[in-house]
Amino acid sequence: MTEPLIRARGLTKTYGDFIAVDGIDFDVAKGESFGFLGPNGAGKSTTMRIIGATSVRTSGTLTILGKDPEVNGPQIRAHLGVVPQQDNLDSELTVSENIFIYGRYFGLSSSFINKKIPELLEFAQLEEKKYTKVEALSGGMKRRLTIARSLVSEPDILMLDEPTTGLDPQARHILWDRLFRLKEQGVTLLITTHYMDEAEQLCDRLIVMDKGKIMAEDSPAKLIKDYSTKEVLEVRFGSERNQEMVEILRPLAQRIEVLPDRILLYAEDGEQLLEQIAAKGIHPNTSLVRRSSLEDVFLRLTGRTLVE
Amino acid sequence: MMSTKIRKVSKYGSFHVAEARIRNMLKWRGIILFEAVVNPTLYLVSIGIGVGSLIDANNGVNGVSYLTFLAPALLASAAIQGSADEVIFPVMEGFKWNRTFFGMRSTTLTAQQISLGVFLAAMARAMFSIVIYWIVLYLFGALESDTAWLAMPAALLAGAAMGAVMLALAAKIENENFFFTLVGRFVMIPMFLFSGTFYPLTQMPTYLQFFGWISPLWHATELGRYLTYDYPLSGLQLSIHIGVLAIMIVAGLFLSTRIFAKRLEK
Repeated sequence: MTEPLIRARGLTKTYGDFIAVDGIDFDVAKGESFGFLGPNGAGKSTTMRIIGATSVRTSGTLTILGKDPEVNGPQIRAHLGVVPQQDNLDSELTVSENIFIYGRYFGLSSSFINKKIPELLEFAQLEEKKYTKVEALSGGMKRRLTIARSLVSEPDILMLDEPTTGLDPQARHILWDRLFRLKEQGVTLLITTHYMDEAEQLCDRLIVMDKGKIMAEDSPAKLIKDYSTKEVLEVRFGSERNQEMVEILRPLAQRIEVLPDRILLYAEDGEQLLEQIAAKGIHPNTSLVRRSSLEDVFLRLTGRTLVE
Repeated sequence: MMSTKIRKVSKYGSFHVAEARIRNMLKWRGIILFEAVVNPTLYLVSIGIGVGSLIDANNGVNGVSYLTFLAPALLASAAIQGSADEVIFPVMEGFKWNRTFFGMRSTTLTAQQISLGVFLAAMARAMFSIVIYWIVLYLFGALESDTAWLAMPAALLAGAAMGAVMLALAAKIENENFFFTLVGRFVMIPMFLFSGTFYPLTQMPTYLQFFGWISPLWHATELGRYLTYDYPLSGLQLSIHIGVLAIMIVAGLFLSTRIFAKRLEK
């Protein structure tokens, strides 16, 4: 057994009376891609800041690379690449200057950084923007630059807090592709997200968080298997009829969830269930059969949807 | 066993922060240079020569020409302006506008290195302003004695005192509108007018001299006058002036480190 890269036991952070992180335990192994899934305010970002050795835990133990971030903050941060939720680039400086100064903050030599810059610009697909002021970049470009910048120190652990929030679908896919490459190179990834598709795409293993607690922990596929059925049938009867239909449909499905605009029926075979419903003479306004996702896991665990 | 070796951390973090700040200033080099040359020229022509000709017809001040009397005060005030600018705007930018300090904080840098780095860069800017100002003063014939160059370190001390205090204050006051109103109207301008800049502080009634006593500009101006012409200061007066400025520097830096650490922990 190798020692985990990150080990948290009873990790807690409180702000006055408010418990942001409530005694959570987890291990992250080297080379793993580990996710924190949960709605806004679940305690994901707080957990990330504690791991990032910029916020001090209230209680519990935490070791990163065998060291305590409270004691060895700068030494630990030397191994971390941090991509914050909000970009914090220097908008007055150019793309390559931003990478340069960031490398200098780590105490890296100018020659090392200058050798590294072309490689990072290529990775971020920003070669043509090398001399462009950051001010003039699009949101997606800024995110990619923030990731490229975080790699200048060749981190062992890359931490991404909501990496694709606010990006258009194309920019998201480019970013995911870049993160896959890093994973292939053996970089350990820590990702927080409230997008289930992102968690499914990027994470080997994840914890589902709500109100500072861990609700479940496993691989995305295993979580879906354990907490949901293979398929989901979504039906809509219009807001007035939804409630009355619930009682009729309940015996047919393994599980049923009522959302404001639709009813989710959980079943191994969605098409078959739809036929059964039709055979009873019930015809929803619209229907859709899809595979179960982490959204369904979350709904099951917390009774709430991730993105309202 | 852990395969990753723990890396060493640079001890020179504040210099790396200063380096980045200076890179940033260089983007504004045109404006900085323009301000450094035009400001003293305007003051020297209008007040130094204009007002000065009236005063000199009346035997000058302290037995020297008005220009010579005014020179150390203007020099120190330029240092204060330069360092205040390079502390206030970067702090607003770093915590709020671009959040760059939070980016720095996720590297190996400590809160102390970040605040000290901003301070050091502001000192570089203040030194630049001082040197240009000093050259303009020299060209105007405002510097008479052989030791007139010593007015430069005295002015830098003023810049450092003001820079350190402003660093703490700008970091502490999170609402920038409030900060700019407070500092612009109730600190910078009154300080410029009430620090014995344009006339000896003793011309004022005692209760107004109070502004001078707490002003880094007055303490540095007194030192500057002592160093640039035969302006007498006792050993005690000298130690008080240097002491007050030193306390401001030490207290300002100490408080800013604490305030930075607290804000960066969020």
